[in-house]
Amino acid sequence: MYGKGLRPLSLATCLTLTAAFALVFFYAPLDADQGFIQKIFYVHVPMAIVALLGFVAGAVMAIGHLRTGDRRWDMRSYVAIHVSLILGVGVLVTGAIWAKASWGHWWVWDEPTLVSFLIVFLLYATYQPLRFSIEDPERQARYASVFAITAGAFVPLNFLAVRLAESLAHPRVLSATGGALPGDMRLTFLVSLAGMGLLFVTLWKYEMASKHASAQLRALRRKLGGEERAATGRSAAPQAPLPIRQAS
Amino acid sequence: MPALPLDEAGKYVAGAYVTFLALILVYVAIMASKLSRIERELEELNDLADQRGPVDGA
Repeated sequence: MYGKGLRPLSLATCLTLTAAFALVFFYAPLDADQGFIQKIFYVHVPMAIVALLGFVAGAVMAIGHLRTGDRRWDMRSYVAIHVSLILGVGVLVTGAIWAKASWGHWWVWDEPTLVSFLIVFLLYATYQPLRFSIEDPERQARYASVFAITAGAFVPLNFLAVRLAESLAHPRVLSATGGALPGDMRLTFLVSLAGMGLLFVTLWKYEMASKHASAQLRALRRKLGGEERAATGRSAAPQAPLPIRQAS
Repeated sequence: MPALPLDEAGKYVAGAYVTFLALILVYVAIMASKLSRIERELEELNDLADQRGPVDGA
């Protein structure tokens, strides 16, 4: 089900990311101010944008769960947040590297963009412990959906607040007031963003296919009479109720 | 701060891109271990089905 179309999607992701990296190192000009260091921008910023959009997507999927009661939406939301958290780690590490090279410090605490992203990341870092703390799967899914929606609504509000705040050191990109990219840099950035978006969708689909296969295996084991092994302990990951098709 | 010379900036840029690639590789490794677990469970289920004998109407 979720494995459908994974091969062309994986290929498209590899091709787009390869093209993006080729553009970064062989096409995009050196930044007049920062020089070669600015190349980090093409991996750091798309990763941040896709991670934040992934959190918002997780919230939208959680709304789907609360509206329909279908636990598959909870699973989709869980996986979107899971993949976004992984990208979030990448954003923090690449950002720290860029900060060290540009500003001489690994982290700047009075910079709103950095601190706000860290707050969002730490907020979502509590998502899995929250799930793990609730044993009943139904309640776990419901509470996790409420959390995902609340935290997801916080992401654009946070983004807006940071935009309105006066930045001390972190540059603004793609804004109307400054930081506008020249054409060749913009093209490179957009290809990188597309690659990162495709990577997110690919990883999401891989994870969903894996979880779907595990659920099918559990259902098959139950059907074959291996109930004692089919029963799983407490888990942060949702247990999707996916019965195997009955032979007619 | 003035722009770093290429030899020094290169180390930071390489570090950032290697971080990104390492994240993906770790993720792929985790997915590979999940896949091998699914494969193992499938073998167990296959054995279980063999022990139960042929299914009626099969």
